[in-house]
Amino acid sequence: MIGANANLGLKLAGLVGLLFVPFLASDDYVLHIAISMLLWGFIYTGWSVMGRFGLTSLGHGAFVGIGAYVVTMLWNQAGISPWIGIPVATLLAVMVGLAIGYPCFRYRITGHYFALVTLALAEVARLLIVALRDVTGGSLGVTPDAVVGPDVPVSLAAIQFSSKAVWFYVVLGVWLVGLIVWRAVDRSMMRYGLEAASEEEDAAAALGVRVTRIKLVVTAISAAMAAVGGALYGQYQLYINPETVSGIAISLQIVFAAIAGGMHNQIGPTVGAFITIMLAESLRQIFGNQVHGLDVMIYGAMLVLFIIYMPRGVVGALAGRFVRRERHVPARPAPA
Amino acid sequence: MEFSITDPFLWETVIQGLLFGGVLALLSLGLNLVFGVIDVVWICYAEVVMIAMYSVWWFHVVLGLPLLVAMAGGIGVGAVLGTILHYVVIRPILDTPPINQLLVTGGVLFFLQGAATLVFSVDFRTLGVSLGSVSVGDMFFPWNRIAAFVTSLVTVAAIWLFLKRTYLGAAIRAISMDREVMPLMGVNPARIYLLTSALGGALAGLAACLLALLYDIHPAIGLSFGPLTFMVCVLGGLGNMFGGFVAAFIFAQFIALGGYYTEVEWGYVIAFAFFIVMMFVRPQGILGARN
Amino acid sequence: MLTLRNVSAGYGAFQALFDVSLEVHAGEAIAVIGPNGAGKTSLLRAISKVIDVTAGEIEMEGVPLSGVPPHKVIELGIAHVPEHRRLFPGLTVEENLKMGAYLPSARHLFRERLAYAYELFPRMKERRNQLAGTLSGGEQQMCAIGRGLMSGPKILLLDEPSAGLAPVIVQQVLDLVRRIREEGYTVLIVEQNIQQVLRVVDRAYLLDVGRIRMSGPAAELLENEDVRRAYVGL
Repeated sequence: MIGANANLGLKLAGLVGLLFVPFLASDDYVLHIAISMLLWGFIYTGWSVMGRFGLTSLGHGAFVGIGAYVVTMLWNQAGISPWIGIPVATLLAVMVGLAIGYPCFRYRITGHYFALVTLALAEVARLLIVALRDVTGGSLGVTPDAVVGPDVPVSLAAIQFSSKAVWFYVVLGVWLVGLIVWRAVDRSMMRYGLEAASEEEDAAAALGVRVTRIKLVVTAISAAMAAVGGALYGQYQLYINPETVSGIAISLQIVFAAIAGGMHNQIGPTVGAFITIMLAESLRQIFGNQVHGLDVMIYGAMLVLFIIYMPRGVVGALAGRFVRRERHVPARPAPA
Repeated sequence: MEFSITDPFLWETVIQGLLFGGVLALLSLGLNLVFGVIDVVWICYAEVVMIAMYSVWWFHVVLGLPLLVAMAGGIGVGAVLGTILHYVVIRPILDTPPINQLLVTGGVLFFLQGAATLVFSVDFRTLGVSLGSVSVGDMFFPWNRIAAFVTSLVTVAAIWLFLKRTYLGAAIRAISMDREVMPLMGVNPARIYLLTSALGGALAGLAACLLALLYDIHPAIGLSFGPLTFMVCVLGGLGNMFGGFVAAFIFAQFIALGGYYTEVEWGYVIAFAFFIVMMFVRPQGILGARN
Repeated sequence: MLTLRNVSAGYGAFQALFDVSLEVHAGEAIAVIGPNGAGKTSLLRAISKVIDVTAGEIEMEGVPLSGVPPHKVIELGIAHVPEHRRLFPGLTVEENLKMGAYLPSARHLFRERLAYAYELFPRMKERRNQLAGTLSGGEQQMCAIGRGLMSGPKILLLDEPSAGLAPVIVQQVLDLVRRIREEGYTVLIVEQNIQQVLRVVDRAYLLDVGRIRMSGPAAELLENEDVRRAYVGL
């Protein structure tokens, strides 16, 4: 284990290093990759706030989708600035998260059932977006009305910037906030209550842990972060469609990346973003756009291998620390 | 038949819903079997079906084999795929937290989608088989839907008989109740799991045959009925085959009627929303889970 | 028929049996008695290959059990009726008995053996279509023993058949064991309940903390002071 001071020193060095990225980046493409890693890293970090406690949501696509679409719709349809749109979207995502979370936690819907209920949620969101095609553009996707252009490089009111360097610092800031939030949950009493609850919920409750309430709190935080991430994604990419921001595929991707990187560590999910994006981009570079499908295939194979051989994720495996078991599983001997 | 005040198209929709329910019921069978016995959810179940659909297409359209032979081949592919899935991917993580099986089969989902895109491209493939329709009064019912419905009923009955009457069926039912004790009766649990996976894959393959008659094939087609199949199974009580059967018809009616009164997507939205509500009203599913 | 020579066995790091030797001859009824935690259940599990044998040999009719996978032990003629009955609660009585006949060699004799089992336990026949989970403790024990007999074994291993049963029921169960024994079955029973079991068997071994302390004819052990002392407080 690294000493606390060395740990802090490493982090500060890393942060300073990150500040120089826009200057070191050779072109916009590299910057784009960096921005994507931080943005998705933020979203994955948000997922792990609840995922690390055994609350495995396969529905975060719903929250990302809410963030992206609510902000864009309010802007396109009503001219409402994202400064208002984002809080509205976040509030909506949190409410949805609580609405689904409360009955699940209260009635102890866990494991497969919880995962599948959240998956249903992600799909409902996707289907809703498609069904409301007159407003949302359906499967074709939609573009936030752009106010930036050659004459107007920056629009703070619309949260649109034509410079990738500016976006980088914006996303970097948001990402750092995400890390701080993660750390705050990690250090809080909730963390111990949730870890106890994920092992033995009845015992934890008997000890006075308000299990349902703290589960709802982390769910709210997690949903909020996903929504903010989704909103920023829309503002940055200036194009969203239901497949990329909602539904089962993106939900699975979020879970994978967070776990592949290691969700019990502050920067684990970001490492997961790094790994998955590097993987996708290098496969694209190697195979170009000619050999469709090979990148997804290799991605899937790597995920399988990851789970089988590195269930603690990369950071967990590298750090070599003892990480507490994620959930209590009644012992079942392997088939003879 | 007399339809005095009732809209014949409504009845047609209801019956179409019934027919679709049959297909959904068949789809849910394989998933429920595997979960009920092995306690594993194949997130990539729909993708196994998709691969089997491509196989049927390949055998019939590309290789020119007779349709029924191609379908037998599709079922075989499903069985093989199910077995490999269990042996290679699921077995290593069987006694680890359940999240791992969801993720590992999720990885297979991407793998199979990518593989299908690679081999078959994203162009829609069609079996090119048209069975025509039968008309009853003002209503039209395509034969392929009727065939799908009948096949699923027959299959459900056959599976039920198999589980109830045969030794292997008894062992499959027993192992989910007490795995440890199985070797004492001469049963190798690992082998039962493999056989169950093969059977689950074969059922997926059978569903694929019927779906190939109804829809065009596309690598991402699994995303359109995969989540739906999960919902059906969970609503019926995960692992409960009879529950899944009933839930399939309920879902199908929601979708059919929803599509009739509004647009197709709204039918699905309503069905899924119904599912979420039901989860809170009766978390163990309409007829209860296997335990 | 069944021989254990210097057998040590355990669960991973925890060793349950130390250097255990015993013999069961054809047609005999043998008891292994001992207090709680003596390792009696581990003994039967070692024979069934449910746990690993770390030293010594176990032979059935001269055939060594090492290298025989757990699900093939029954093919050698060893039927194990486990502790706590372990019936399949969601299967009916008859289906449980059917599972006992799962061995291919046993299947074509299923009908005959089923009739025989119902003759031994008439009450099982009444309840043939009842879910096994709804039976009383005594009935479950009868059914579990019946399930063991369905494979037509040469030796029947009974793991604490009296556990959790009222004394009257225990008597019925042991009467059944006596009857089975009279039919010619070889039986190996492990039990905590010495009083009743020693009246049913020929010979017995005393197992304590994983070791055989003494052995001999049942009647002798019943009188033996050390045996009684081992049970002080029980």
